Amino acid sequence: MIGFVSWDATLAADLIRARRQLPGATLPILHALQDTFGYVDDQAIPLIADALNISRAEVVGVIHFYHDFRQQPPGRHILRLCRAEACQSMDCDSLAGHVRERLGVDFGETTADGAVTLEAVYCLGNCALSPAAMLDGRLIGRVDPARAEQLLAEAQA
Amino acid sequence: MSVRVYVPLDAAARSVGADEVAAAIAGEAIAREIDIEIVRNGTRGMVWLEPLVEVATSGSRLAYGPVSPADVPSLFDSGFLTGGSHQLSLGPTSGIPFFARQDRVTFARCGLIDPLSLDEYRANGGLAGLTRALAMTREAIVQEVTDSGLRGRGGAGFPTGIKWKTVLDEPADQKYIVCNADEGDSGTFADRMLMEGDPFVLIEGMAIAAVAVGATMGYVYLRSEYPDAFNILQRAVAISRDAGILGPSALGSGHPFDIDVRLGAGAYICGEETSLLESLEGKRGVIRAKPPLPAISGLFGKPTVVNNVLSLASVPAILEKGAGYYAAFGTGRSRGTMPLQLAGNIKHGGLFETAFGMTIREAIFAVGGGTASGRPLRAIQIGGPLGAYFPDHLLDTPLDYEAMAAQKGMLGHGGIVVFDDSVDLARQARFAMDFCAIESCGKCTPCRIGSTRGVEVIDRIVAGEDRALNLELLDDLCEVMVDASLCQLGGLTPFPVLSALRHFPEDFDRPATASHQPALAKEGSQ
Repeated sequence: MIGFVSWDATLAADLIRARRQLPGATLPILHALQDTFGYVDDQAIPLIADALNISRAEVVGVIHFYHDFRQQPPGRHILRLCRAEACQSMDCDSLAGHVRERLGVDFGETTADGAVTLEAVYCLGNCALSPAAMLDGRLIGRVDPARAEQLLAEAQA
Repeated sequence: MSVRVYVPLDAAARSVGADEVAAAIAGEAIAREIDIEIVRNGTRGMVWLEPLVEVATSGSRLAYGPVSPADVPSLFDSGFLTGGSHQLSLGPTSGIPFFARQDRVTFARCGLIDPLSLDEYRANGGLAGLTRALAMTREAIVQEVTDSGLRGRGGAGFPTGIKWKTVLDEPADQKYIVCNADEGDSGTFADRMLMEGDPFVLIEGMAIAAVAVGATMGYVYLRSEYPDAFNILQRAVAISRDAGILGPSALGSGHPFDIDVRLGAGAYICGEETSLLESLEGKRGVIRAKPPLPAISGLFGKPTVVNNVLSLASVPAILEKGAGYYAAFGTGRSRGTMPLQLAGNIKHGGLFETAFGMTIREAIFAVGGGTASGRPLRAIQIGGPLGAYFPDHLLDTPLDYEAMAAQKGMLGHGGIVVFDDSVDLARQARFAMDFCAIESCGKCTPCRIGSTRGVEVIDRIVAGEDRALNLELLDDLCEVMVDASLCQLGGLTPFPVLSALRHFPEDFDRPATASHQPALAKEGSQ
């Protein structure tokens, strides 16, 4: 489980202030916010825009461009399944089907009980141990049915 | 003296339990009151044997693997700390055939040393290249790299020395070294393995580049999918700063150079150099039209060297041992070594560094042991999601830039993904177009719209709708994408598509089944 904190405007402002002087500060700021809160709250957008002297539209444009950034709080666990070619060669599609069925959600969705957010990812760089997954930032290789069950149990805990 | 036991900290090794094995060994040693030192090294690249545990004995390192925590008590029982035999014994690491037949140049230290020990780095040739470079003129360093024949290892294969020369000759108040560590191609993991297993060699390579072209600031643009590499690189940069390798005076030379490690955010297109630069500047990763080249007007409009991890990491050995040493490896215009990454459905998957020129067949069968599933190989894809699919009869193609291009393929970053006979190439072709649609930056129409139209056309072909007409349309669409896309995402996506169609036409001529309608259609709208 990842220890995200609830949205806190003061904390967000501190995180932004600490990075605003970096050259090309937008991504470092967005990562810091997401690492802390689990997502980028809409209320952060004007704060970032003011700090970097760019428009709110530019901030939103950046958030939308990158697959990583979420605008809604994730579940208590984040399960990412690799869907790229090396994992396809080891039948990650069956694994994905199984996981989606078991969790009752599709990619990009969070289970109704708030336990798990399921995300698709295109390559985790573990291509000699396919299929690969990542649970809360921890890489897992050779996800066979037994390991998938373990992962699901951990994620739903 | 305590026995040294090596357990890799590489993300791939950890993904199959290396941390648990290290903990089990430590616990068992305490219980048995045996004094050992556990070193968390990088991986040797024999990924199918991970977690691969090594014991340092007099003379050689003995390997055991793949080890699970449950194996640990019996390893102690068999006396593995003094070279005792066990069912997981693999003998001396350097004698394992997969390892023994490599030319380890760029990866010489990877897996050998503690990645964050600067003393071990120095003791194994580290910093010799930078030290020599600091005694040379800028022009001489660039000439040495040019003479080595080193070409960009990211995929494009552009001569590194020529890129550096352009930046060197460009007058500017500020220049940058940018390391492209956005290793997004499926089937590749060489950059990750090197950054986790020997991060100082990348830092040294960037420092040499900085000295050569007169840059004072460097950025590593690392993909966010590599949290372990991020952690290790950041620590390595901090250690290098403390040791005076980075900072106001690199190795006391008076040349200031520092490095910042930045994270991407899950956009495949940011592996394209101009998109990467936009991203580093804090913007959407939309590509730039070229010219101007980044070497003239790159990061924040300043002259910038943008090189792949492996290109920069090859430089210290070139400066240490000379251009001739490096150029002696390889064939034709492909000089030096290439780390092949054997991936997907392969028995012995991992990283195999070798001189250019080995055939694909040799790499997959003699080295990789064939498919993991034991079923017949049907297709391979080389060079990531934009690389061509090859059938069996093209497997005798040598792995070098020109020979691959002659077969309408590309070596790219050296990743080889193996598929057995369960693969459906029409589905793979559809995925190539779909992936392009998901990852397109949206700047140019052939890529943004063409990829979506491509998915639709392939669906119609597979469904048997106006086949002849739609095949012609697909061909035409691919021609437009190749000729008119601004960058290689749109420009190369047709290669997997057309190669699948050319070599596996039967897969496109089947009655539609459920398997041809993957759920990806839904994700494409994300």
